[in-house]
Amino acid sequence: MLVLITYDVNTETALGRKRLRQVAKQCVNYGQRVQNSVFECVLDAAKCREVQHKLEQIIDKEKDSLRFYYLGNNYKSKIIHIGTKESFDVEDTIII
Amino acid sequence: MRKLLNTIYVTSPNTYLSLDGENIVILKEDQEVSRIPLHNLEGIVAFGYTGASPALMGACAKRNIALSFMKPSGKFLARVVGEVRGNVTLRKAQYRLADNKEQSIQIAKNFILGKIYNARWVIERATRDYAIRLDVDQLKKVSKVLANSLQFVDQCEDLEQLRGFEGEAASQYFSVLDELILQQKESFYFNCRNKRPPLDNVNAMLSFVYTLLAHDVAAALETVGLDPYVGFLHRDRPGRISLALDLMEEMRAVYADRFVISLINKREVKAEGFTQKENGAVIMDDDTRKIILKAWQSRKQEIITHPFLQEKLEWGLVPYAQAMLLARFIRGDLDGYPPFMWK
Repeated sequence: MLVLITYDVNTETALGRKRLRQVAKQCVNYGQRVQNSVFECVLDAAKCREVQHKLEQIIDKEKDSLRFYYLGNNYKSKIIHIGTKESFDVEDTIII
Repeated sequence: MRKLLNTIYVTSPNTYLSLDGENIVILKEDQEVSRIPLHNLEGIVAFGYTGASPALMGACAKRNIALSFMKPSGKFLARVVGEVRGNVTLRKAQYRLADNKEQSIQIAKNFILGKIYNARWVIERATRDYAIRLDVDQLKKVSKVLANSLQFVDQCEDLEQLRGFEGEAASQYFSVLDELILQQKESFYFNCRNKRPPLDNVNAMLSFVYTLLAHDVAAALETVGLDPYVGFLHRDRPGRISLALDLMEEMRAVYADRFVISLINKREVKAEGFTQKENGAVIMDDDTRKIILKAWQSRKQEIITHPFLQEKLEWGLVPYAQAMLLARFIRGDLDGYPPFMWK
């Protein structure tokens, strides 16, 4: 299924900036960066829990926030993209 | 059943594959062109490449992602195999079985039964679909011969004899394959199977597609814990994936041959995409290869009902399902190996 992960990490302090880097690094491991703090990840249920847990460990719940949008298996009709940064479909044929 | 994951085909030259965290990163002249999380992948096939980093090879081996390198022509170069691990008892049972002549022949027979059955199905199906445009009498004749050889194979008790029947059935089947090509006849014809090098367009496509299938089958065997190098019908030879070749037999006609023919009949490949070298070898250009890969990948995603398991799965999981059934048989959970007999 497709999970959209978005985050807001407070970067006023050096610690905050560190958290931001760590969150971004983890998200890259699981999916495609479609905008600065927005990731599209094609995951199964187990991987979902895994990424959720890992991110929860990193953030500071007082200052930062995470949002997970579950778009299900038939997500292709639910996404419209306008403008630059064209994404690619990880389930489609990938020929490079 | 397992989920069918994606396969990346790297066809552009000068690309380097590397690892970053959990991602495969594809670099072209030090520029990142693509980045894909490894957990979305099942296999990576690189044609005419500059290289891959050892870190990526290790990560693929660890996660059971099949990483193969091919020449641009589709000729197989190398495969990345990790540490030997997995099910030792299963592998030992496989070796014992392969050493035992009487038992190997029982399995080998099933591969060939599947192969001939499916070849016959391809022919019968064509006579049904295109009765007016084909020489139905001739096709029916071949179909009858194949039905006969099914019986011979069933009673056969000797490996050499079995290979004989197989060869005969294959040549019968290939003798009418040309009939099934309905479009673009002037540039796509099939007289006989030739390889190393393929001498006409159809053979070039067949060779290329067989390599793709072998990659998938070997990966499937590896996934269930069998050793793709120890076969029952094909003799052991260093570096040859004998068991994968065995298991491929039953899928060739329905999976690969029919795929090639439908590409031609749907006019998806064009004669311009093929060139002949001085020695007669036919090679395909990059665009044609891409068309084939794209079609191959979407064929793999088509859903079918497995004739033995009676379960819905993707075409791309058929090698995996068969490998799993073979493992179950070797382990003693099944009385016989049920070949893939397509309906």
